[in-house]
Amino acid sequence: MSGRKDVPKWVALNTVVLIAALFPVFWILMLSLKTPADVLDGRLIPSKFSFDNYTTIFEQNVFTKALINSLGIAVIATLIAIVLAAMAAYAIARLDFPGKGLILGAALAIAMFPPISIVGPLFNMWRSLNLFDTWPGLIIPYLTFALPLAIYVMSAFFREIPWELEQAAQVDGATPAVAFRKVMLPLAAPAVFTTAILVFIFCWNDFVFAVSLTSTSRAQTVPAAISQFPGASQFQSPVGSIAAAAVIVTIPIVIIVLIFQRRIVAGLTSGAVKG
Amino acid sequence: MATIELENLVKRYDDGFEAVKSIDLSIADGEFIILVGPSGCGKSTALRMIAGLEDITEGELKIDDEVVNEKAPKDRDIAMVFQNYALYPHMTVRDNMGFALKLAKTDESEIKRKVEEAADVLDLTDHLDRKPANLSGGQRQRVAMGRAIVREPKAFLMDEPLSNLDAKLRVQMRTEVARIQSRLGVTTVYVTHDQTEAMTLGDRVAVMRAGELQQVGTPAELYNDPLNLFVAGFIGSPAMNFFPATLEGDTVKLPIGEVPLPDSLRAAVRERSSSGDGDGDGDGDGKSSELIAGLRPEDFEDAAIVDRQRHSGGLEFDVPIEVVESMGSEIYAYFNYEGEGATSDALNELAADAGAEDLPGAGGGGRGTARLDPASKVKEGETYKLWLDAKRLHLFEPGSGASLTHGAERETATA
Repeated sequence: MSGRKDVPKWVALNTVVLIAALFPVFWILMLSLKTPADVLDGRLIPSKFSFDNYTTIFEQNVFTKALINSLGIAVIATLIAIVLAAMAAYAIARLDFPGKGLILGAALAIAMFPPISIVGPLFNMWRSLNLFDTWPGLIIPYLTFALPLAIYVMSAFFREIPWELEQAAQVDGATPAVAFRKVMLPLAAPAVFTTAILVFIFCWNDFVFAVSLTSTSRAQTVPAAISQFPGASQFQSPVGSIAAAAVIVTIPIVIIVLIFQRRIVAGLTSGAVKG
Repeated sequence: MATIELENLVKRYDDGFEAVKSIDLSIADGEFIILVGPSGCGKSTALRMIAGLEDITEGELKIDDEVVNEKAPKDRDIAMVFQNYALYPHMTVRDNMGFALKLAKTDESEIKRKVEEAADVLDLTDHLDRKPANLSGGQRQRVAMGRAIVREPKAFLMDEPLSNLDAKLRVQMRTEVARIQSRLGVTTVYVTHDQTEAMTLGDRVAVMRAGELQQVGTPAELYNDPLNLFVAGFIGSPAMNFFPATLEGDTVKLPIGEVPLPDSLRAAVRERSSSGDGDGDGDGDGKSSELIAGLRPEDFEDAAIVDRQRHSGGLEFDVPIEVVESMGSEIYAYFNYEGEGATSDALNELAADAGAEDLPGAGGGGRGTARLDPASKVKEGETYKLWLDAKRLHLFEPGSGASLTHGAERETATA
C-alpha cells in the first residue's frame, strides 16, 4: 500500500475532474432557474429563482410529445438491438461459420461510418418509402449504428463464459436454446445491461438523424425539438426553455444508470469453474 | 445403467489430425473403467465423443445396444463431471444439482427429495443454499458429483474430476468416488492422466497413447503383464527400470550382468522372437538380438537379505548407490550403472510427459531404482551388492515396443 500519504493528492485531483465535468451541468441548471427576463444578465447564480421555464416547456405540446417520441424510439431500438445482438454475439463467440470474419469486419466498418454522410440519401429514401417523420424512420438508422456496438460488447463477454458451462447444461438435458436462455443469458446479464445503457444513450442523444429525418411532433425527438424551440414571445430568446429542457432530458439517463449500475457487477461468473 | 460399446471410433479434425484412431472398447454394465494416458493421447476426446460433445467421424457408439452417434447429448441420458466442475454460478447448490431434473420436468417434491438425498451422501446438506463462489474446491467438486448422481443416469463420464484438488483432498475424494460408484453401481468412464488413480479406482484400465488403445485390462494385469514398453513404463510408480539388453541364446546380457533366461519366460520369448531373429526358425540359435529389458523397482533386493532358495533364480551385482530414500516401510535406492540407458520412442514420450521426473534408465544416463527391504543396510555413495529376480524380467522389442514376455506364466509376485 503506497498508502495514506496519497489520499489528499487523489482528493484534490478528483475534485478538479468533478468540477470540470459538472460545472456545465450546474450552469445549465442555474440558467434554467432564471426568469426569462434575467437569462442574459451574465450572472451564474440567478438573482431570483423561478420555475417559469419548466412550466413553459410542459405547457407546450411540442416538448411533451417529443419526450414521448424520444422515450418510445429509444426503448424500442434498444430492445430490438439487444435481442438481435445477443443472438449474433452468441453465434460469433461460439460457432464457427463461414463469413464470421466478414460479419465482424462489416460491423466494425459500420460503427466507424460517419452518420452525417448517410443522412442525405436516407432523407430521400425515407420520403419515397413513407418512413420520413415516423418512429421506424428513426429506429432503423439507430439500429444500424447500435448493433455493431452491441455485438462487439456482447461477443467479447460471451467469449469469457466458459464453454463447459454450456456443455454441462447440454449433458444435463438442455437443448442449445434452453442452455442459452437458462445458463448463458443470466451470466451475461451484466453485459446485456451495459450494452442496453450504451445503446439507449446513443439513441436518446442522437441529434443528426433526429433533426434531418423528422419534421413534426409525430416523430421529433427531444434534441431535435429543443433546437426548434420558439421563445415565449417573438422578442424573447428561448435560452431559458432550452436549458430547462436540457435538464429534463438528462434525468432519464441518470435514473437508468442508477438502476442498472447495481446489476453491472463484475465477477458474476466467479465460482463457475476452478482456475 | 447400461453397457457402452465403442466400435472403431475415430475422431478426425478438419485439418486431418486424428485425435482418436479407431478405438474398440466394450464396457460392461456397472463397470468402472479408466481411460488413462499422457496428455494429448485422445482420452478426453474419446470421453467427449461418448458424451456427444464431439462428433464421431467414423465408427459406432452404442449405449445399451442402441447406436447413438447422431443423438444429442441431452438424449443420451449420461451425466458428466467436468475437470473444472462447470457449476452454474448463478444458481445455488440446490438448483445446480436439481437443474437436470427440472429440465426433465420432474415434480418439485421429487427433485427436493433426490437433491437432499444426494447432498446427504456427499455431505453437502449445510451448503445447499449457497452459491458455488462461496464453496471450497473440494465442496465444488462434490457439487459437480452431486449433479451427476441425482440424475440416476445410464452412465457417469468423468473428465479428470480430481485434477484440480490439492494432493491430500485428491486422495480423500478418490476413495469417495470409488465408494459412490460401487454403491450406485452405475457404469462409469473415468479419464485421468494419473496412473495412481487408474490403478486404485478402476475395475479395468484402458491405456491410451496417441489416439490408440495400448492395452485394456485389470490394474493387476497391466502391472504384471504389460503388452508393450509404453504400458510398462506408464503404469507403476516409481516407474519400471529399463535396461538395454542383448539376448544371446538363453542368456540375457544386461549392463549390470548376465542373466539366464528363466524357463518360465523361454517359451513366450522364443515364439515371439521367431519373426525377428532373422532366419525364421524361431530357435534363437545363438544369434544375438538387441532388446530392452524391464524390471520393476520391487524386483530388486538387497543381496544380503534375499534367502538362499530364491537366490538361484536371479543375479547378484555390484552397483554404486547414488541416493537412498527411506520411506519407513521400504527403502528406495537409486543406483548408477555403466553404459547408456535404454532408448526408444515410447520411453522418450513417457519421459517428456513426466516432465522433470525422467524415467530411471530411460535415455541419457544409466540409472535405476530399486525398492529394498527396510532392513537393508544400503548407504549412499557406496558400492553395494543388489540382487535381481530374473523371473520378473520383462523383455521388449525396441522398435515396436512389443513385449516378448507378455502372457508368460509367471510365478506369483515376489518382493
